[in-house]
Amino acid sequence: MTRFWTRLVVVLTVITGVNYIAWRWVASLNWDAWWIALPLVIAETYSLIDVMLFGMTVWRLKIRKAAPPPPADATVDVFITTYNEDLDMVMTTALAAQKIRHPHSTWILDDGARPELKALAEQHGLGYVTRSEDWTSNLPRHAKAGNLNNALMQTHGEFLLILDADQIPEPDILEKTLGYFNNRRVALVQTPQYFSNVPASDPLGSQAPLFYGPIQQGKDGWNAAFFCGSNAILRREALMQLGLVGYVKETEKSIRRALAASRSAIRQARKSADVEAPLVAQVLDEVEAATREAQQELEAGGALSEITYRVRRRVDAAVQTLVMADVSALQADLEEIAAMELAHVGESGVPVVADDAVRRMSARDWSPLGALESVQAVLDALSVERNDEAQPVMPLATISVTEDMATAMRMHAMGWESVYHHEILAYGLAPEDLKTMLTQRLRWAQGTIQVLLRENPLVQKGLKVGQRLMYFATMWTYLSGYAAVIYFAAPIIYLLLGILPVTSLSWDFFIRFIPFMVVNQILFAVAGRGIPTWRGQQYSLALFPTWIKACSTAARNVWFGRPLGFAVTPKARQSGGPSWSLIQPQIVVSVLLAVAAVVGIIRLASGLAEPLGTLVNVAWVIFDLVVMSILVRAVLYKGFEPEAEPAVQEPERNPDGV
Amino acid sequence: MEFSYEVKDSYAEVKADGRLNMVSAPKLREFVTDVIAGGSNRIVVNLENTAFMDSSGLGALIGCLKAARQAGGDLRIAAVQPQVKMVLQLTSMDKVLTAYGTAEEAFRND
Repeated sequence: MTRFWTRLVVVLTVITGVNYIAWRWVASLNWDAWWIALPLVIAETYSLIDVMLFGMTVWRLKIRKAAPPPPADATVDVFITTYNEDLDMVMTTALAAQKIRHPHSTWILDDGARPELKALAEQHGLGYVTRSEDWTSNLPRHAKAGNLNNALMQTHGEFLLILDADQIPEPDILEKTLGYFNNRRVALVQTPQYFSNVPASDPLGSQAPLFYGPIQQGKDGWNAAFFCGSNAILRREALMQLGLVGYVKETEKSIRRALAASRSAIRQARKSADVEAPLVAQVLDEVEAATREAQQELEAGGALSEITYRVRRRVDAAVQTLVMADVSALQADLEEIAAMELAHVGESGVPVVADDAVRRMSARDWSPLGALESVQAVLDALSVERNDEAQPVMPLATISVTEDMATAMRMHAMGWESVYHHEILAYGLAPEDLKTMLTQRLRWAQGTIQVLLRENPLVQKGLKVGQRLMYFATMWTYLSGYAAVIYFAAPIIYLLLGILPVTSLSWDFFIRFIPFMVVNQILFAVAGRGIPTWRGQQYSLALFPTWIKACSTAARNVWFGRPLGFAVTPKARQSGGPSWSLIQPQIVVSVLLAVAAVVGIIRLASGLAEPLGTLVNVAWVIFDLVVMSILVRAVLYKGFEPEAEPAVQEPERNPDGV
Repeated sequence: MEFSYEVKDSYAEVKADGRLNMVSAPKLREFVTDVIAGGSNRIVVNLENTAFMDSSGLGALIGCLKAARQAGGDLRIAAVQPQVKMVLQLTSMDKVLTAYGTAEEAFRND
């Protein structure tokens, strides 16, 4: 029944929204003030699309029944990822993980390689994994994705429960989720991320009840519930398949790139005046012929390993000819010297260079071809070893700092299914200060935009239309920072200058706008079923500088290879007093809004402005200020203080009393 | 690759700095031929700053030896670095060219 009402409200939202926005575009634009009229209508259109995507999400809201009992023989590895978190916190989580009832192995994945943690793990009989020696310092580490990829190569459970260092699992977390994997197409079960150190008022907007609720349930209905990095169970086979497909794709890409570069590298080598010897020219001819042949074989769909092997064989042979020529010239010289009898040559006549010496001198590291660096670089890239990564197979995606979403999208594109299990089965710790919270939000937003720019879901092969739109919906919401700026600017411009972006604030406007606004709020209320969504709405507007920064840094990173300025979210509270500087842009905007409201009222009193316009815009300003007021509470928030009687009793988790 | 030479009391010291490979080898040959033509037939090639040598470099070195002998003199090498030493041993050329510790030592006894 709820589903019927939800869908009814979705339909009404779309109708009233399209009705309003169409009228805005067609009949309401004040072209004299196009510089604000146009941005505003674009921002409103952005919001309509956002709401429509939300409507589409909840259209298929899926409320699952309990999972069937898990297969008793399912093997599970529980991974606890850590980098620099407090050892007590890691051990609390690890010991809770050890007590999970379904048979499993618990592993601490310590990217900080701390000997104290290793000792603690051994003491409690926990697995302990650090990066293997393949991860040399010159290769990318890929943060958490790298940590998990490394551990995947050192363990062998059929399923993997992934937990952040602060996410204390319930003992029944596996019993309640593993059964979903009886469906052999299911690759992922995600459970909510809930934070136990957040007061009911949630001043930092840490809980995400709308996301870990109607949004993930809605995405689940479209088979697009995605991996959120922690509190999720993954099927190893699916991850490995992803890694292998990625390996083949990356290898082919790098071989193609090398072949494309080979022609100009060879041309360059030929042109260089240094290379005059006919033998060198012959080797270059041979390299050129080999790469051309490789190109043809690649087009014909030949196997990468064979293609690269043949190139290498052919070039090696040519190089060996070159070395042989050097050696025979040298041998001839020696004989001439001996014939001169001017002095003895060695102890026993003319030494002969052995065949294996020739072979050794022809090897990659000593090859004369090394002198032609560009050509050597091409030949090095014609390989299947993926020398630019620590391990050839990278199951978790490394294209983004939020490896989770990228990985889930690739799984869906390969036809795997996902499940969102709507029950809190782990309790984590949220940031307790604004600075840490802002760092975390920035990171999520950056990662999401990276995925959008690197692997736009709208054009990914293998995804169904619904799945494409579900991923796109999440990315779309992160563009809201730009719309927010326009929403702040419009009332300020009207109240200060009297410039209205619409032709008139008449009956025509209200009869279209108000129904849309009302239905829109009803949609959130119905879809949310009474869960608090106001905090989320406040932050999605109030954190506009973070969203804008995320978009610009991610775009610079993807398009120009600039660093993101990435930081691991600290789990411990940052010290220091209230840091107003963190919300400087918001303070400036709020002051401007307040000043504009006062000026607007003065203009009204002196007859310079019309009452209706002033009323609407002052109301708008008040709304914006109420939204922004959450930041004051956030700055002043002193961290979590448990109430006298905590709702959930913390179980004893430290049997040794350490 | 950079070449330089300096005429000492009883020999000329040629320095070859960089990688002695297919590209630079012909230049070494040319350089030493010029030094010999300039009147020095006792040559020490100081390989102190030669980090790498391939088969072409080795060929050039023997070519220079031949030129020095033809001119009635000799060519010796000094201050050999690890990779070059490996190449010499591998090809048995260490039996032809004794590697001296320093350029001064090379002709000390002759």
